[in-house]
Amino acid sequence: MELFFSQLLDGLSIGSVLLLAATGLAIVFGLMGVINLAHGEFLMLGAYVTFVVQGIFKPMGGILFELYFPIALVASFVVTALVGALLERTLIRQLYGRPLETLLATWGVSLVLIQLVRSVSTAMLIGILVAIALGWFAAKMLRTRFEEKLFLPYIVGLSWIGSSLIGIAFASWLSNIRPLASAWFGPRNIDVTAPKWLQGSWGKIAGIELPGIRIFIILLSAILLLATFWFLNKSVWGLRMRAVTQNRQMSNCLGIPTDKVDCITFALGSGLAGVAGAAITLLGSVGPNLGAAYIVSCFMVIVLGGVGNLLGTVLASFLLGIIQSVIGSGSLLIVFPNLPGSVKGFVEFFATTSMSLVLVFIFIIAFLQFRPNGMFPQKGRSVEN
Amino acid sequence: MKLLRSLFPWILLAVALFILPIILDDFRLNLFGRYFSLAITALAIDLIWGYTGLLSLGQGIFFALGGYAVAMYLMLNTPSEAGGNGIPKFFENYGVAELPFFWQPFWSPVVTLIALWLIPAIIAGLVGYLIFRNRIKGVYFSIITQAALMVFYHFFNGQQKLINGTNGLKTSTTELFGQLVGSPSLQEWLYRLTVVLLPVAFLICRYFTSGRFGDALIAIRDDELRLRFTGYNPVPFKTIVFIVAGALCGISGALYTVQSGIVSPQYMTISMSIEMVIWVAVGGRGTLIGPIIGAVLVNYLRSLVSEALPEMWLFVQGALFIFVVVLMPDGIYGWFKNGGFSRLLAAFGFATKTATYPQLDQDPGVLEEMSSTSGTKKL
Amino acid sequence: MTQVPLLDMTDVSVSFDGFYALTDLSIRLLPGELRSIIGPNGAGKTTFLDVITGKVKPTKGSVAFQGKNLRGLSEQKISRLGIGRKFQTPRVFDNLSVLRNLELAAAPMKNPVGLFRDTLPMSVKDDVQHLLGYVGLAPYARSQAGSLSHGQKQWLAIAMVVAQSPQLLLLDEPVAGLTDEETSRTAELIKSLAGKHTVVVIEHDMEFIRELNAPVTVLHQGTVLTEGLLDSVKKDPKVIEVYLGQSQD
Repeated sequence: MELFFSQLLDGLSIGSVLLLAATGLAIVFGLMGVINLAHGEFLMLGAYVTFVVQGIFKPMGGILFELYFPIALVASFVVTALVGALLERTLIRQLYGRPLETLLATWGVSLVLIQLVRSVSTAMLIGILVAIALGWFAAKMLRTRFEEKLFLPYIVGLSWIGSSLIGIAFASWLSNIRPLASAWFGPRNIDVTAPKWLQGSWGKIAGIELPGIRIFIILLSAILLLATFWFLNKSVWGLRMRAVTQNRQMSNCLGIPTDKVDCITFALGSGLAGVAGAAITLLGSVGPNLGAAYIVSCFMVIVLGGVGNLLGTVLASFLLGIIQSVIGSGSLLIVFPNLPGSVKGFVEFFATTSMSLVLVFIFIIAFLQFRPNGMFPQKGRSVEN
Repeated sequence: MKLLRSLFPWILLAVALFILPIILDDFRLNLFGRYFSLAITALAIDLIWGYTGLLSLGQGIFFALGGYAVAMYLMLNTPSEAGGNGIPKFFENYGVAELPFFWQPFWSPVVTLIALWLIPAIIAGLVGYLIFRNRIKGVYFSIITQAALMVFYHFFNGQQKLINGTNGLKTSTTELFGQLVGSPSLQEWLYRLTVVLLPVAFLICRYFTSGRFGDALIAIRDDELRLRFTGYNPVPFKTIVFIVAGALCGISGALYTVQSGIVSPQYMTISMSIEMVIWVAVGGRGTLIGPIIGAVLVNYLRSLVSEALPEMWLFVQGALFIFVVVLMPDGIYGWFKNGGFSRLLAAFGFATKTATYPQLDQDPGVLEEMSSTSGTKKL
Repeated sequence: MTQVPLLDMTDVSVSFDGFYALTDLSIRLLPGELRSIIGPNGAGKTTFLDVITGKVKPTKGSVAFQGKNLRGLSEQKISRLGIGRKFQTPRVFDNLSVLRNLELAAAPMKNPVGLFRDTLPMSVKDDVQHLLGYVGLAPYARSQAGSLSHGQKQWLAIAMVVAQSPQLLLLDEPVAGLTDEETSRTAELIKSLAGKHTVVVIEHDMEFIRELNAPVTVLHQGTVLTEGLLDSVKKDPKVIEVYLGQSQD
């Protein structure tokens, strides 16, 4: 029974991570109707930011190192939120009202982010900066020089291609210098050491160990969720966000800066993913492909929980987390060793992490046959169009 | 343009059958054989996405199932692959003594030839019907198909005892007609087979997209609810095209597997299935020529980049996704069709600007005004 | 009132999470009748159509068409029973030609098998040609519907509903955005349809309602405020209060 409860706790903590990530995804989806396939990569970014912060604090040692994690949490929120805002400003905005295209474009972004983390080196970073500076400058020059000429967009495009080539050439030339060439992270997994106060047990309740990391993650997501809830329901920007979700045109007419709302929403959603990523580093080693492992679960949470409903998201994430850890780890077999044959075979078959995902999917498809709009569907005239 | 469209499959067939084998060596010809088999998948995705508006991110399921079907047949019917019990050797690694039941039918070549498209079709029908029935569409449909893909991936990846798990099934060392599947002479025949099947797939897709059935598909894409109010039930239409697309993907996967030499759960990764979509986007969705161009072009580019700078491919691919979606939503073929090229020429002063608006002469309103004797009065 | 009503809606209420869009609405339509429905914004006019066509399930009450209960039927089944609907904004299939739009609406067999057999009966083709001519879209038959002007789209949308040859036509704001000339021609068309078909017209344009010269039902807050001819309805103090926001004694 103890094992069962500790698995349950595992499930809750995985569910909490899912919850943070899925809340971010759901907020963006609910407001803008946009599915961000790069959301998983924001998790990954958050994890890497944590790794970097840890790297900075490690040499200091002692009490300062013990404090790095809260700072890493804030840093990963801020960094991913900024990246998210940048993404919204440059790309998502172009594709407003074309959700399927946004899906594809954000996938492109996720590919770039994955490869960037794998192979980013100082040389490469300088190369990219050079390319951007050159391209921006060239575009500006060309714009003033060939104003209103029909071929302007083509030339600007060419100049961007040209400056990226120069950037690549410059970066590969810089790569000859050894210290600049080595990749910062490389394609391999990285490990983050949790500070001491998180490791080990936080005491016992009814004979069950409370592992510090799990409890911390659960508390963290609870606090952040409440904060998000407060932000959406009590703050001015939250009010504006809800207004835009309900009726974009009307909000625009009322003077709500919808583009700013979009940007803030996207930044908030991405930031939550970043924090989730920071939390994931406590659960194990992380790599550039981290996003792929979580993104599908996040989608399932949204499908199951319904859009724009925080309660649905909460229930669905915990359900998924618990199914994955309780059935997936096979602990049901240990807790109930005397299951009848057929049930036992069934449980055994699904008793791996990947097979438990199979089970979850079957469950979701079955669930959707009865409640096609998730657990808590929205009602009203404007919903179905 | 119209002439090109009707002649396209035959031109393609002629070029691929007679010209490419002359100018390319065995290795390159095999690569083009793979591209052409992938083009069948691109056509299938165009059928459901370009015409019907259903963006499936899970076509890899059907692709891989077709590949597994043919690989299982080859494994079973190759004496050198057989281990102690007369079943494929890899089973011994996991201590499996008896052939799993679902392998049994694949002793037969006839069953295999049917199963490689029928199994994907059945699964597509089942999954499709259950999703469409509940009016799940748009991005919801996309992410559910993606989840389904993950499920199949995990299943095939995790079940070593049944299907050799993550290692997949290697076909290049198996035998067909007494020859190694990987041998150049057999590969050349497989190339020819692919080249003949691609125009067939083209014609199948044209059959479904032209005519009034095709109209209904486009109507579903434009405004599904409106179609319901007109008295149509979109569910059977969507299920039918999803089944057809699934079957085509199965055929494509089988052809690809025998030419690449292996089938593995890698064919069911999220990235592979999304890549399939981008072939269509690059070539031009909603046209039938576009996806073929896109599949061949993107995969050719991939080969080139991967050979030169392997770590650059993801960057190039990501940039391609973003570029096509933002700046070239109609794809290459659509860009040409909509006069993009003549606009480009005009921008640089090589053609007069009016030449970009030839439609003016065909505008019915203009025509009507020109023939002022006409009786119908415009309201 | 011995005639059997074509559509019989009794005590229908619709609530969206506690907000009542319709409250105990009862409306009866006789075969061949032409009925105008007016009412201020939010009176429940569109929801009224949503309930008939199956888009919204009533929270309570019943809708019967030719004595057949419509509850639980899908949109396409209701449409096939003989109820056609034109939407508030003209919804046409943008990427199909005008002719193909109409043929899709007019097709007698609305299932995949029916569409695979690629020929329409001659009589249907003639009807479509006649309709095209009548609404003045004949020269545009091969143009994409998406390239039409707003007014032309309105006409096409109406023509599509007529092409379905339903017994009951529900027209939601058929003349919004049309010129005066087009409006009166639409009125003519609708009057010619009445008699053979039952027609319900929802409009804000009072001039148009006057031209139709048909019984008017005024909806307010999801229920029937009053019924009668336009002139008598206009004098009704309740109607004046609803429209002008105060009583004018």
